Amino acid sequence: MSRRVSVVSLRGLSKEFSRGGVVALQNIDLEIAPGEFVSLIGPSGCGKSTLLRVIGDLVEPTGGEVVVNGKSARQARLDRDYGIVFQDAVLYDWRTVAKNIALPLEMGGWNRGRRRARVGEMIELVELGGFEGHHPWQLSGGMQQRVSIARALSFDPSLLLMDEPFGALDEMTRERLNMELLRIWERARSTIVFVTHSISEAVFLSTRVVVMSARPGQITGVVEVDLPQPRNAETRGEPRFFELVTEVRERLRAGGLDTAGEGGEEELIAAEEGL
Amino acid sequence: MPVMASAAVATERWSILSADRVRRGASQGAMLLGVLAGLWALWEGFKWFGEAVDLKIGVFVVDDRTLPHLHSIVARLFEPTAVGDRLLTVLLEAALFTAKEAAVGFAMGAAIGFLIAIVLVHSGLLQRGLLPYIVASQTIPILAVAPMVVVWLGGRGLPGWFSVAVIAAYLTFFPVAINTLRGLQSADPRALELMQSYAASRWAILWKLRVPASLPYLFAAFKISATASIVGAIIGELPAGIQDGLGGAILNFNQYYASSPDDLWATNLIAALLGLSFFLLIVLAERLIVRRAPEHVA
Repeated sequence: MSRRVSVVSLRGLSKEFSRGGVVALQNIDLEIAPGEFVSLIGPSGCGKSTLLRVIGDLVEPTGGEVVVNGKSARQARLDRDYGIVFQDAVLYDWRTVAKNIALPLEMGGWNRGRRRARVGEMIELVELGGFEGHHPWQLSGGMQQRVSIARALSFDPSLLLMDEPFGALDEMTRERLNMELLRIWERARSTIVFVTHSISEAVFLSTRVVVMSARPGQITGVVEVDLPQPRNAETRGEPRFFELVTEVRERLRAGGLDTAGEGGEEELIAAEEGL
Repeated sequence: MPVMASAAVATERWSILSADRVRRGASQGAMLLGVLAGLWALWEGFKWFGEAVDLKIGVFVVDDRTLPHLHSIVARLFEPTAVGDRLLTVLLEAALFTAKEAAVGFAMGAAIGFLIAIVLVHSGLLQRGLLPYIVASQTIPILAVAPMVVVWLGGRGLPGWFSVAVIAAYLTFFPVAINTLRGLQSADPRALELMQSYAASRWAILWKLRVPASLPYLFAAFKISATASIVGAIIGELPAGIQDGLGGAILNFNQYYASSPDDLWATNLIAALLGLSFFLLIVLAERLIVRRAPEHVA
């Protein structure tokens, strides 16, 4: 595939929830190139989680077009093009760390030997050596999230969708996992779409920050992050970092920091899916 | 190395957990003894009080006939019966027979309940359509169903004990079906989304996610059903005219209650112990099978 082909291509995308007639997304256009790290940021209810779910074919759009790796979102899902990480690790309690990481491989029909080898690589990648046989409840929140990331990467998906993956962690764990994620991203050379509430996290991690506003959910601006790669602890102290943080913050303010309806989006998704 | 340090923390936590487990086992043992002593004191205390004040509740009076001493009930177990064997031997053989009926009934009922739940979880339409009838099936008294089952199955040349097992299954399947359905639906919605993103088949979602998630619910149902299957087997033996089980023994000793009340009480004791051992088997199986965070295991 040539480098010009987008991994994700959204045209005129909209999503209206049938219950309450709320417009979660309106007229979204976005192209994401291979190897990009794109953050979606915006106030609660701006539809950023919905957008992520539409890309991943977990929610159907009501209008517009989603093309992933040159095919429909559904086909991309069936081809196992997506690795997904949620805010909670969503690990299976009854499986060990190793078995949790192996789950997508079992779905993909990998044989036992290949599974074992790949799980070993993943354990090493997320630095969880010695914890293979542990069950999730024996791990800290940060370690659980590392297992979740290893699971999402295990089958080498071309697109990693992350929905506030570090939102429930303390600041220190969060910054450490940010560094780890960048290291993993560089090694795996995958494309990442990352939903976050944190401006500094978005700027630190991304090659591009997409700013959204609420009601209806729209893209109000795109900030190119021209900080040099690879990024490290010093990056957060550079003047350019602060300039970019300020730029994102101002874009957010321009879009209206309407936080009415905290968590409204999750509820809408739940209602839509009849959960 | 932070990783090494956290590994050490985790192992330490693990060993604290197992020390906790020993302590909990000891306190559970002490609790069991305490409860048994309490029950004994309650029984004998009530008997002593009733006899002392000449207690009358309606036609119920307290004497050795209505409320024998616990020690005489236990002692009766080791005395010979009219046929020669010790009562304990007779009752254990009866219990074994009833246990066979109950176990077969439990297995059939659990399998049927599980299958019903799996069908219902995949179809909202079937769930709405069939659930009322499944509930209604349990409103029919088992005593009304039992003779019909015995006549139908007996007429087809099946052995009596199998009819009894079917009656036990009738009591078993319901809690299993309802709880398993609940358990299959209990899987985290995001875990289901993850499975979708792996392009998992319905079959894989069922066996890799829904069924493991349902196990705690399933075992809660098994605990109810294990004892219910014994009640079903004992009741089923009555219309089936089966003499070899605890139901037959209860019916028999009922007729001689006036002259030897200890016989019936001793039978009740064995029946209760049988129910308890079924229950404990389920608890043991749960410990071995269900791998969940400690707070999820009842």
